Amino acid sequence: MATSIKIRKIAELLEAQVVCGVDLIENEVRYAFASDLMSDVLTLESEHLVLITGLTNMQTVRTAEMADINCIVFVRGKKVTPEMIDVASENNTVLIECKYSMFRTIGMLHDAGVSPVY
Amino acid sequence: MKFSYEVEGGNFAKAGNAASNVKKVLKQLNVDPKIIKRIVVALYEGEVNVVAHAYKGMVLVDIDPSRIHIRIEDEGPGIPDIDLAMQVGYSTASAMVREMGFGAGMGLPNMKRNADVIDISSKVGEGTVVELTTKLTS
Ligand SMILES: Nc1ncnc2c1ncn2[C@@H]1O[C@H](COP(=O)(O)OP(=O)(O)O)[C@@H](O)[C@H]1O
Ligand SMILES: [Mg+2]
Repeated sequence: MATSIKIRKIAELLEAQVVCGVDLIENEVRYAFASDLMSDVLTLESEHLVLITGLTNMQTVRTAEMADINCIVFVRGKKVTPEMIDVASENNTVLIECKYSMFRTIGMLHDAGVSPVY
Repeated sequence: MKFSYEVEGGNFAKAGNAASNVKKVLKQLNVDPKIIKRIVVALYEGEVNVVAHAYKGMVLVDIDPSRIHIRIEDEGPGIPDIDLAMQVGYSTASAMVREMGFGAGMGLPNMKRNADVIDISSKVGEGTVVELTTKLTS
């Protein structure tokens, strides 16, 4: 069984801002997947997953909704839109804005014990 | 129970509205979350295909206690070779579609994998109908 990590801890490690779902950050995730390709994300079967992406649009939030993904980290200083926050809060998805690059973000979460899906 | 939703070609902001609504309905019916996920992932990819490849379309949903039937019909260019379109990696998607996170030629294969039965018919120059049927109990 993979190690669990609180979403709050992820935000702290990455020095990142939780911009939606602050009330849900005590929830835990186990796996991470990084992609800008939503069709790829839609093939995943893991639960308790954090998605790391540079794609900041409504499709990312809709994909999380359909795939039961609890948390999205947007890397490289990408800003989420108010429409994205509306849909994410309706679906209890935590949105995190992170200034680090994709590579650095993944490295830090990997070091913290978050497991890959494959 | 029957529901219908309009889908606008080119309007990515609204792609997923039908899948989002169907998800809420299936949750209320206490369908197993794993089955809900299969259904809404397939429907979402189907909606994205109408948005990405067609001019306009409709999603017609029919739910009974044992199964869900979804018909996604569009007015659009149609699919000349359905077997080719079903292959992973085959895509005619524009750069704009790829910027939206799709267009890798995985949509139809994702739909096929997540539905119990998929049926596609298409007329070039007229449009496409994709029908998805999935049992609601495992
Ligand atoms: N509703 C549709 N109308 C016209 N062409 C379609 C439609 N759906 C799929 N296609 C064709 O089939 C190809 C493969 O579809 P899909 O597997 O969903 O991949 P993608 O949408 O990423 O290109 C598309 O690139 C397109 O050429
Ligand atoms: Mg597609």
